[in-house]
Amino acid sequence: MGQDSSRAPLREFRDRDLALKASSAIRKAAAGLQGPVKIMDFCGTHEWTITHYGLRSLMPDNVELVAGPGCPVCVTPGYYVEAAVRLAMDGIRIFTYGDSYRLQGPPETDLPKSLEEARSRGGRVEVVYSVLDAVRMAREDGEESVFLAVGFETTAPATLAPIRAGDAPDNLRFINVHRLTPPITRYVLETHPEAPIRGIIAPGHVSAITGAKAWAFIPEEYGIPTVVAGFEPIDVLLAILEILRQVREGKARLVNEYSRVVSWDGNLEAQRLMGETCDVVDAGWRGIGFVPASGLAFKGEFRRYDALEAYGIPELTPEAWERDLPPGCRCAEVTLGMARPTDCPMFLRACTPESPYGPCMVSSEGTCAIWAKFGGGGLAEEVGRELGVI
Amino acid sequence: MCLGIPGIVVEVKGRMAVVDFGGVRREVDATLERVSPGDHVIVHAGMIISKLSPKEAEETIRVWRELIEAISSGEELGSAR
Ligand code: SF4
Repeated sequence: MGQDSSRAPLREFRDRDLALKASSAIRKAAAGLQGPVKIMDFCGTHEWTITHYGLRSLMPDNVELVAGPGCPVCVTPGYYVEAAVRLAMDGIRIFTYGDSYRLQGPPETDLPKSLEEARSRGGRVEVVYSVLDAVRMAREDGEESVFLAVGFETTAPATLAPIRAGDAPDNLRFINVHRLTPPITRYVLETHPEAPIRGIIAPGHVSAITGAKAWAFIPEEYGIPTVVAGFEPIDVLLAILEILRQVREGKARLVNEYSRVVSWDGNLEAQRLMGETCDVVDAGWRGIGFVPASGLAFKGEFRRYDALEAYGIPELTPEAWERDLPPGCRCAEVTLGMARPTDCPMFLRACTPESPYGPCMVSSEGTCAIWAKFGGGGLAEEVGRELGVI
Repeated sequence: MCLGIPGIVVEVKGRMAVVDFGGVRREVDATLERVSPGDHVIVHAGMIISKLSPKEAEETIRVWRELIEAISSGEELGSAR
C-alpha cells in the first residue's frame, strides 16, 4: 500500500482550487464586519497548518488569527522538569518524548536546565516515540525508570492503556503531567475578557477523544462560534469561513468540520480508560495559572505508578505554583493569544529553535518555534497572488 | 504534539495493530478502536486514536463546496450585523 492510498481521502483537503474559492468566500463573509475579528486556534497543530501554509496572508484586514494554549510542552510547569532532572542525576532512567526532552526547568537552579542538559552531564535520559518503547525497555532490563508523561487528552490514553492492562512493569513509574483542554479554554475565556475572542477553532485530535460535545459550552455559555476542525489547510479555511458566517448572523453554534475523524461523543473507550485510572484534579499550567479540574492524577491501585509519590516529591500546589518563565519571555501572552512571537524582543535573537530561551520555542508545536521555522508558504502564496491580496 | 498521522491497518494482533503509513509499517496500540485490515486510522504517540472515514471526508468536501458556491453566487450571505 503506497503513499497514495493512505492519503487519498485527504487529497481534496489540499486542493488549490478549493483553497482559492474558500479564501474568496472568507473575504466576502468578512466584508463589512467590524474588526478585528479575533479567531483563536487552540491547538499547536492548527497553528502549524496556518503558519506552514501561510494562511494568515490570505486573511482580510479585519480578521486576525491568534494562537492558543494548545502546546502541552509549553504549558508544562518547570517544576516537573526539575523533578525529572533530579531523578536523572540520581541515576534513575528518565523516558520522555522528544518535545519535552529540551524543555527547561525553572530558570534559577544550579541543576541541569533540561533533560537534554542532564544527559550531557551524565544523567540517564532516553527519548522515546511511544510509551510502548519505554514499557518494553523497562521490562527487558528491569531498571528503575520514570516516564515524564506530558500531553493533552489525545496523548493521555497512550500512557494509560499499558498501565491499566498491567503491561507496565513495577520498575516503570510516571510523572503524570497530562492536562485537559476544555477547562483551560474556559479559564482563558473567564480570566481574559479584555481580549475578546470571536471565534474558536477547537482541537481536532483532542476532540477525537473527548467528542465534539466537549466544546458545546463555548457557544452556549460564552456566545462564541466554535468549529472542531481537521489539520489540512482546507479544514482550517472552512473553519474560519464558518466562524465568519456565524459572526455575520450574530449567532454562535458548535460545528464539527472534522466529522471524518471526530464524533459527537468521542472515543468512549478512551474516556473510560482515563476515568478508571485517574481522578480529575486542579493543576498548574506554566505561565498561565493553577486551573480548576484541568489535570489527571492516578487513583486507587494505579497510584503505585505515581513517580512523585514513590520518590517522596510533593505534588505541585497552588501556593508553590509560579509563572516560571525566564525574565522578559512573553510566552504567557503568546499562549493566551494576546501577543505574537514577533512582539517579543528576544524572538530570533536571544531565543531561537536551536537555542531556545523560553518554553514556547522548545516544542515543534510551540507558537514561537512554529513562527521561527516558517514564514508563509507555497499554497497561500499562489492562492493569494491569484486573489490579488499579496 | 497532538499531531495525528493517517495510516491504513494491515494486520490486527490482539490489542496491537500493524499500520502502514505510506510504505512505512509500525506496530501500534489498538486499545481504543475495534479495527480491521483496510481501515483508515489516525495514529498519535503510537496509539490509534480514531478511525478516519473516507466517506465522511467526501461528504464534508461536497457540503462545503455547495456552501462556497452559494456564497460566491451571492445567495448565502446576508448583510453584516
Ligand atoms: S521568542 Fe522565546 S523568549 Fe520570546 S516569547 Fe517566545 S519563547 Fe519566550
